[in-house]
Amino acid sequence: MNGESNAIPGPALGSPALAPAAIPATRRMYWAVRREVWENRSIYLAPLAVAAVILVGFLISTMRLPAKMRAAALDPTQQHQLVAQPYLFAAGVMMLTTLVVGVFYSLDALYGERRDRSILFWKSLPVSDLTTVLSKAITPVVILPLVTFAITVGTQSIMLLVSSLVLLGNGLSLTTLWSHGSPFQSWLMLLHHLLVVHGLWYAPLYGWLLLVSAWARRAPFLWAILPLLAIAVVERIAFNTSHFATMLGHRMIGGPDDDFMAGSLSMHPLMHFAPAAFLTSPGLWIGLVVAAAFLAGAVRLRRYRDPI
Amino acid sequence: MACIEARGLRKAFGPTIALDGVDLRVEEGHIVGLIGPNGAGKTTALNAILGLTPYEGELRVLGRDPWTARDELMRDVCFISDVAVLPRWMKVAQTLDYVAGVHPRFDRAKAEGFLAKTSIKRTSRVRELSKGMVTQLHLALVMAIDARLLVLDEPTLGLDILYRKQFFDSLLNDYFDRARTIVVTTHQVEELQHVLTDLVFIDRGRVVFDCSMEQVESRYLEVIVKPEQVASARTLKPLHERQLLGRSILLFDGVDRGSLAALGEMRTPSIADLFVAVIGGQAGPAQGAAR
Repeated sequence: MNGESNAIPGPALGSPALAPAAIPATRRMYWAVRREVWENRSIYLAPLAVAAVILVGFLISTMRLPAKMRAAALDPTQQHQLVAQPYLFAAGVMMLTTLVVGVFYSLDALYGERRDRSILFWKSLPVSDLTTVLSKAITPVVILPLVTFAITVGTQSIMLLVSSLVLLGNGLSLTTLWSHGSPFQSWLMLLHHLLVVHGLWYAPLYGWLLLVSAWARRAPFLWAILPLLAIAVVERIAFNTSHFATMLGHRMIGGPDDDFMAGSLSMHPLMHFAPAAFLTSPGLWIGLVVAAAFLAGAVRLRRYRDPI
Repeated sequence: MACIEARGLRKAFGPTIALDGVDLRVEEGHIVGLIGPNGAGKTTALNAILGLTPYEGELRVLGRDPWTARDELMRDVCFISDVAVLPRWMKVAQTLDYVAGVHPRFDRAKAEGFLAKTSIKRTSRVRELSKGMVTQLHLALVMAIDARLLVLDEPTLGLDILYRKQFFDSLLNDYFDRARTIVVTTHQVEELQHVLTDLVFIDRGRVVFDCSMEQVESRYLEVIVKPEQVASARTLKPLHERQLLGRSILLFDGVDRGSLAALGEMRTPSIADLFVAVIGGQAGPAQGAAR
């Protein structure tokens, strides 16, 4: 992104034996993750672009807000919906963007470096395959949700500011706008949801995509989808059941606990905030074990695979 | 201590045998040229040495097993495996930041110094640089790493003469200090004639020739034989005979200089001629070193 020096003094100019022998694993991981963000600018550009689109739409809608507020003046429920809906919609669209960016990122992460042969450069540096694969898992599981969170909060803050100014300018009260709870509370919920669902609950999804990305010689997108489809079809024809498809569906649109995550993908402000229920849900732990197995496979494949 | 020690190194890709029992010992402080025709197994051998491919047999690089300890080995080993492996999306400044971030032996100031001598801008992306500049950048990164072994696989492939010359000049003047070891493969063997300390020919997965340059100079002699002497010259069992502009050029291995002097003009053979004599004689056309 920028070329500033990172102020690391060069190693001593003495003989090789005197040079520092190691760099802490955490620092290697930091640079590996930073490298991912350098390469994949869509991690922040895509959510920013979507945020800009949301803001344009919102500005147009806000021009008409005072008139609508007056029309619905007598019905507080309607007023509340009118005000709250754009915020929920914005958060939902941002999450969908995150998911799409994460899927495409993961599919290319270990495939692209083999296709352009840059893997030979990465492997010429003292960074292990484990560190590399973990950095490519941390990016969609941790970095992407955090970036999305920051951009969503920024977008919603601008939306709040704009609608407050418009309402005040038209001599209307801000009560309705601010009555459905403090924005900080819903932002906390948002952060929790992003880390829990988009991070931990989707971890096996990203693990699978990284595994395919490390394995495929071409068309990683097809290889990611066709085997899953094949399993579902075989199960359907052989046993006339659809457990596998149901399980995939539950993973994609259900939550760690359906009661706990009612509505899942759309982040409802009234959703139960119950970390305990989440942490004891077996679905979460099974998913994490599966994700770890996929990542172990990806590490092994990266070691063996040649450039394409 | 030997820098690289390989015994009975084998590697097969399905039915194709890439390495067929390679024995190789490279001492520290040497510059070794690994020369062979296309498909001889050079790159596979280097990949095994760099921990990029599994193998059978014994292999120790700086005392480590490269396959199981690649990331540790890479603290002491650098390689440029092709001219075009720097990631094209990366900015020049990012390559410096990243290598400084992950490599304990990278001297950033030194790399900046090398780059200052080129016209490469920090804000450029690798994809915007010419092929020659990408090589300069890669070389600047690698020469700023205080490594014990540098492996170069066709480092100057596709570069023009100016860049090629500059590449080996800066390598020798600014990098090589007799404590480091360099292993290089190339098809442009003439350019390496005065750079190498050791010469290894590899053909069909085997080491067919392994000799120091000093030995090459003392053992091998090429004689431009006068036409009337050709028959008697042949009785001295030349390694190889070729015709050039109507004259016979015979290459001898370990034949006394005194007995050759009478046959015609003597000279030390070039690496390319030696290569043709050693490999061309047994393996048909050796396009690798053909002029």
